[in-house]
Amino acid sequence: MIINGVTIDETFAEAFPMNATRVIITAHTAQWAYNSAKAMAGFATSVIGCGCEADIERILEPSETPDGRPGVAVMLFAMGGKGLRKQVETRAGQCVLTSPTSALFSGIDGGTRIPLGKNLRYFGDGFQTSKVINDKRYWRIPVMDGEFLVEETTGQVEAIGGGNLLVLAKSEIDALNACEKAVEAMRKIPNVILPFPGGVVRSGSKVGSKYKALGASTNDAFCPTLKGVTKTELSQDVESVMEIVIDGLTEDDIKKAMRVGVDTFCSIGAYNGVTRISAGNYGGKLGPHHFHLREIMA
Amino acid sequence: MSALTFTLKQRTDQRVDMSPLVSQKMVDMELPEIGAIELQNGKSKVRVDQLFKISGSDAQNIVIENSFGKLDFIGRELGGGNIRVEGDVGAYLGMGMKSGTIEVTGNTDIYPACEMANGVLTINGNAGDFLAGALPGNRQGMKGGTVIVKGNVGDRAGDHMRRGVLLIEGNVGDYCGSRMVAGTIAVLGETGRYLGYAMNRGTLLLWNKPQLSVGFNDCGSHTLAFLPMLLASFKKFNSKFSEIDIFNRVQRYGGDVSAKGRGEILLKL
Repeated sequence: MIINGVTIDETFAEAFPMNATRVIITAHTAQWAYNSAKAMAGFATSVIGCGCEADIERILEPSETPDGRPGVAVMLFAMGGKGLRKQVETRAGQCVLTSPTSALFSGIDGGTRIPLGKNLRYFGDGFQTSKVINDKRYWRIPVMDGEFLVEETTGQVEAIGGGNLLVLAKSEIDALNACEKAVEAMRKIPNVILPFPGGVVRSGSKVGSKYKALGASTNDAFCPTLKGVTKTELSQDVESVMEIVIDGLTEDDIKKAMRVGVDTFCSIGAYNGVTRISAGNYGGKLGPHHFHLREIMA
Repeated sequence: MSALTFTLKQRTDQRVDMSPLVSQKMVDMELPEIGAIELQNGKSKVRVDQLFKISGSDAQNIVIENSFGKLDFIGRELGGGNIRVEGDVGAYLGMGMKSGTIEVTGNTDIYPACEMANGVLTINGNAGDFLAGALPGNRQGMKGGTVIVKGNVGDRAGDHMRRGVLLIEGNVGDYCGSRMVAGTIAVLGETGRYLGYAMNRGTLLLWNKPQLSVGFNDCGSHTLAFLPMLLASFKKFNSKFSEIDIFNRVQRYGGDVSAKGRGEILLKL
């Protein structure tokens, strides 16, 4: 399949089951909500080293938030419910409770309810009080700038992590420009996050390593500097490869985001240095969710 | 189906226990069976069809017409459905109510919404003493749900109240929120003496400056984020509270320090 001179490989992205939640952070201004959200989603690029994958899903208008203030929706993904619960509580305590004028709410109704402010309330040292409003319990924790309002629980749902796209380009700058445009378009799709810095990964990995202590190592087949010394996947005209990783609530959400990403790469076209689009997988043996590029574009 | 309607034939000298006449107990009964139910009337028993003319068949929607102030325990432990009472009612209206709605067009005697657990109870007239309170000797009053009173309320409103919301459009008597465990009481009118007496936790939200007890201390004026959410949640009710302007600025008084002292009086600024 070739669109606008860009070859779309007959391959698939291999993704895994994860658990996810969405939280809504509000504050006196959009900037302060963003400051808190950025901290909460910080150091959360990969579950391998960070415990969870998280990112800002989107900025919310005051009319969209529970307390009518400017807000930000953050999504967090982890491999298990226990891991997600720990990450949500830790990040809520260190990044949102601490942030001036913030309030924190669940962004998912239903699902398995996991603690959000349920344990955080003890920071109030006995001065915390709760209010049940429309059948949801909120905790009011006295803090130095007034009160921190936090919903007692948030919803944990089954989700999918590890959807991905690889863009192969004639130069590093071409790859980066293409990824920036694709990320901008993909971030408009609801229910997905792109957890890596700026939404882009340059250090894609393969399973295993020559070093016994390491479970993963650099994806040498896609490293352009190794084209002559390893079993490469790259043609001579490819000088740079970058990856966009996508976590989403459902297969459909990830497919929509991948489609938008591929569309963007193709619209940039071979004329602007994008030569191929591929995807990362492990032969289909590890992850149950397979996103075939050509099916998505059909 | 039309509402199951009980029209009182004549007023009794003695008080009547109306607790059997709730939706969950009558849902599978035919009219003759309902008519044969015996109600406690003073020291004696009286059949329902002796007291009331019965019509309609929908036990999920009950109407009591010509009601007066000696019909006690209306809607006791109501487990769903709706009860509309035209006239006054006696004591213990909606006692232990678990869900559903009750609406009274007139006034109530003492202990309305006593130990109520959930649902919505609306009193269009005045409510007697111990609104949403606990039975004497019990430690927890209303445990959930919403009570709307469009008139005035007697003394000891919310005594031992544990959870839920009281929305009072008129004035309240003395000892409002006394021994309150938690929950919210909002009062648009005036409040009496000894407000929040021995209150442990909970919120008294007021629109008019109260006569404060010595057990409450001024904590200053504040912007509280939960208030707009709480006030917005009142929009769904048929009440003046659905028309009030949303605000978040209040003067906060903490107390009662003679008890646990974690309660609060919030006065709209």
